[in-house]
Amino acid sequence: MTRTTASNRTGSIRTFWPSWLAGLALGLVLLLTFLMTGHGLGATGFTTRFAAWIGEMLAPAAIAANDYLGPMVENGNPLASWITWEVLGVAIGALAAAYSSGRWRFQISGAQSGRIKRLSLAVGGGIAAGFGARVAAGCTSGVGLSGGAALSVAAFVFLAAFFTVGVVASRLLHGNNHRNP
Amino acid sequence: MMVFPANDAGITSGLLSGVLFGYVLENAGFGSPCKLTAQFRLSDWSVFKVMFSAIVVAAVGLYLLRLAGYAEDGGFFVTPPMLGAAAIGGAMIGVGFAVGGYCPGTSVVGLFSGRLDALLFLIGIVLGTWIFASAYDEVKWLTSLGAIEAETLPELTGLPEWMILAGLGIAAVAVFVIGTRFERRLQGPVTAEQATVGNTR
Repeated sequence: MTRTTASNRTGSIRTFWPSWLAGLALGLVLLLTFLMTGHGLGATGFTTRFAAWIGEMLAPAAIAANDYLGPMVENGNPLASWITWEVLGVAIGALAAAYSSGRWRFQISGAQSGRIKRLSLAVGGGIAAGFGARVAAGCTSGVGLSGGAALSVAAFVFLAAFFTVGVVASRLLHGNNHRNP
Repeated sequence: MMVFPANDAGITSGLLSGVLFGYVLENAGFGSPCKLTAQFRLSDWSVFKVMFSAIVVAAVGLYLLRLAGYAEDGGFFVTPPMLGAAAIGGAMIGVGFAVGGYCPGTSVVGLFSGRLDALLFLIGIVLGTWIFASAYDEVKWLTSLGAIEAETLPELTGLPEWMILAGLGIAAVAVFVIGTRFERRLQGPVTAEQATVGNTR
């Protein structure tokens, strides 16, 4: 596959996998992870350790004194964990998939109503998700997907709240406009 | 006989799981916030479809391996049943998804498919973690809210596991049927081309 240039931006973009195929593949990857490690996939296990790691560089005293992040930096580098390698893998896998399919683009996506607005909303959404993931002790991957595969009651409560509130929030943000986006 | 889980916590299993996870998520279209948030506008049901079918595939796989004696009963991590905490966290991540366009895992996929907005979402996650940590003494109670005894659906309902799995399988088929109907009515789903080069249609 040839790399696309700016003048050939729509050239050679491969289609996404159909949902049944992506679902089957994701299910098998999740199963493999469970068999290898005894637990599922995740994401915010890493971002939390990363927050502790960056925090330690910026304000070591404050992080050490903190009841939540302090214990993570007590025994050396908070990033020394399985989840760091997993998230690094996600980055590599996503890069490989996007690049090989002609879908890699440097861009600010979803910026129809302005770049500053889009980037501010991205930070705001991230703050809500980052805080929420600490309350639930995991995110859509760790609690929703992995917990779901273990038939955890908490996972289905999480998913129900995630989807219901998400649909309502989207409705409040975009009104009755179903068009994309 | 090899009985799973292998309880490996090393670099190889981490990288392998992650690479496959990221590869599948990008190919599903989940690096694109337009595609992801179209789920909440009900015009693209890929998120529901993929998540639901993946849960069924992995859960059925674990069940069959346990029946065949290849997987240890109770050897796998189950998210603790703090139902209030799960509901509040799920709701906040739902708001974050609707507002910011990603959830934590998909923002990593977004960033590595070239999206600067995904980097900002990740910075937001770090800020949200710091805010949570600095308010930890006040918000700690949320993390154990609504604890119940039953950890799993079979324990909660008293139904055999195969029946729960059959129910989830039927629900997954229903998601595909209903979702596809919505997608037709609302001119979805978002294509790779729309998600990659054009955000308007």
